[in-house]
Amino acid sequence: MKVRAQVGMVMNLDKCIGCHTCSVTCKQVWTNRPGTEYVWFNNVETKPGLGYPRRWEDNEHWRGGWELDRKGRLRLRAGGQVRKLISIFWNPDLPTIDDYYEPWTYDYETLTEAPLSERDPVARPHSQLTGKEMSVSWGPNWDDDLAGAPQTAPQDPLLRGIEEHVKLAYEQAFMFYLPRICEHCLNPSCVASCPSGAMYKREEDGIVLVDQEKCRAWRFCISGCPYKKVYFNHHTGKAEKCTLCYPRIEAGLPTICSETCVGRIRYLGLVLYDVDRVHEAASVRDPKDLLQAQLSLFLDPADEAVQRQARRDGIPDDWLEFARRSPVHTLAVRFQVALPLHPEYRTLPMVWYVPPLSPVVNALETDGYEADPDQVFPAIEAMRIPIAYLANLLAAGDEGVVRRVLARLAAMRAFMRKQQVLGVREEELAARVGMQPADLEDMYRLLAIAKYEDRYVIPQAHTEVAQRLAELPGTCGLDFAGGPGNCGALPRPAQGLNENFMLKRHPADRFPSRRLPVLNPNSTRPDRSAPQGSAG
Amino acid sequence: MTIWDTFLWVVLPYAALVLFLGGHVWRYRRDKFGWTSRSTQILESRWLAWGSNLFHYGALGAIAGHVIGILIPNWLTSAIGISEFAYHFISAIPGSIAGLVCTAGLIILIARRSAFSRIRRLTTAIDIAVYVLLAALVGLGTYATVFVNAFGAGYDYRSTVAIWFRGLFWLHPQPQLMATAPLVYQLHTAIPWALYALWPFSRLVHVWSLPLQYLGRPYVLYRSRLAVARR
Repeated sequence: MKVRAQVGMVMNLDKCIGCHTCSVTCKQVWTNRPGTEYVWFNNVETKPGLGYPRRWEDNEHWRGGWELDRKGRLRLRAGGQVRKLISIFWNPDLPTIDDYYEPWTYDYETLTEAPLSERDPVARPHSQLTGKEMSVSWGPNWDDDLAGAPQTAPQDPLLRGIEEHVKLAYEQAFMFYLPRICEHCLNPSCVASCPSGAMYKREEDGIVLVDQEKCRAWRFCISGCPYKKVYFNHHTGKAEKCTLCYPRIEAGLPTICSETCVGRIRYLGLVLYDVDRVHEAASVRDPKDLLQAQLSLFLDPADEAVQRQARRDGIPDDWLEFARRSPVHTLAVRFQVALPLHPEYRTLPMVWYVPPLSPVVNALETDGYEADPDQVFPAIEAMRIPIAYLANLLAAGDEGVVRRVLARLAAMRAFMRKQQVLGVREEELAARVGMQPADLEDMYRLLAIAKYEDRYVIPQAHTEVAQRLAELPGTCGLDFAGGPGNCGALPRPAQGLNENFMLKRHPADRFPSRRLPVLNPNSTRPDRSAPQGSAG
Repeated sequence: MTIWDTFLWVVLPYAALVLFLGGHVWRYRRDKFGWTSRSTQILESRWLAWGSNLFHYGALGAIAGHVIGILIPNWLTSAIGISEFAYHFISAIPGSIAGLVCTAGLIILIARRSAFSRIRRLTTAIDIAVYVLLAALVGLGTYATVFVNAFGAGYDYRSTVAIWFRGLFWLHPQPQLMATAPLVYQLHTAIPWALYALWPFSRLVHVWSLPLQYLGRPYVLYRSRLAVARR
């Protein structure tokens, strides 16, 4: 057993309102640059729909992720090392920018410079690739809220096999939102696909990054990622991806998508796992067993044997304390109400989702079925979002898994409703979903109340490490000239420990101080009023 | 032997080699971030499938042919039992195929780069210079192989060009060997030096990054933040 820590995320789809604030703030921070106009490290898709890039989930076509060969050995779906070198001059599985969308802007000057006239002036769209006028016919979120769904939704790869159950008629239509970032997988196929060795997973926190100095634009990471969350910057000629906002994570702050999430759907926390068994877990024969296999990798941070081994493997004590309070561990492992996105890709992803409950289908109610809120469990079968669809998304097609999760969520609601409205504590409800009443209350606090401090339990990176890091240039992701993490160009701050770390500015300069990780018992804030010499 | 010959066959090669070596050291130390093949496949893939594969595989074939024909001396090939006739046969037939494949690829690549404005916009002055030099180099080389060697009178470049070329590396250049070579061989021999001089400052540096180390590597790589910092 070798213990590693991983920063994981859980998103509660029940509460996602599809406002795209996460996408916009992420874009503003990370990909608002030439060459990345089309890139959304975070995007929100309407399901059912085609997604971004179009039909990314159809990995029979894109061949991302891993598969088992005839002898049951794990291999890259797009082919191994020899195959990659042979096709290095042209990658047969690479999406083109038209599979994402052609980015555009408007000639706003025609508005601001327009003379007084009878009619309103019109700003026309211009391609950000060619500068020419273009007619916009596809975008990163073209089918938002089922727009155009009669044409697009039938092409949703997840509807394959359940077409006859899914009516896209207006009265029976269903939809929900799926915010997506890089999964920071335990078994990342992008890293495995990179011939240059430019991509790596960080030992300390599991964040997957691209070394911008080693990337040579062989492009296999982009096709190798089954989630299509590695992008190509056509301006710099390098691959880029979601960094899990690691400069913020290292400072104990949530990612920008989480911080700005209006619906408070996101949770960030540590998970401890056994890195020695990753390969074995990704290689189980039946894709439906991948969820259990991945869960079996996660180690109980309250277990003393795990703690001893973790210390031997260099995980600091305060990180273990954070792991014990991790909302990700709580939702994914303890309550088991969060599920990995497309476990069948065998990458063991680390951004998990609480599946959405949904209203009971109208058609059934008119058939004499009364949607009694207390009829918790039958209602799950009558929900608007087909369980088969959620199972294709979050459970490799295993409907039983999704049913179990939805039952727990529904039981929690019913239990709390009875307790708060009627003052009745119906313990039997908890028992029926294999939980304790206190568990349901804990789950309610975490999912419904969702305090900032409970959602984001992120240990700071160790400052003694940070000090050394900050003294070295070139360690900042995307810190090239004009890059968003352009720490090299910022004046070197004075000698405060936290101050010198990655952000190169004290977090409090950017964020209100109450947003600093008050949970961190070891957090020492440098005295910013003390004279520290000039920066630079 | 004119001063012009000395310039072309002595000064130019050594000046280009200095730029080539020094340029690479400079580029690697100062501009790892710019060290990339700068692929445009994301912007256009269908033409590239033909252009890039034909060009690269043709070029690899042509480079292999040059290694055999230029770097390996006559006496060595005859010592291992390859007669002059056999050598000529090998150089003419596969050599012509490689040259034609490479030329076809390059034509497609140039057409593609000019035809698609999204790619044209990303094309730098150095890219254009590289394309011009490559076109001249590949065109002349293919012409010499096909029309002089395979279907023409033939020219024994192994006793002139090859000896002169190897002489450069013994620091014993013999410009007189090149002075009498046919014009097409002179051009095909002189133009590459401009390309080598430009090489470290162009995207051609990606050639040295061919990731052979990928073979046999463990698939998933981990790096410690500390290790990255100590780098």
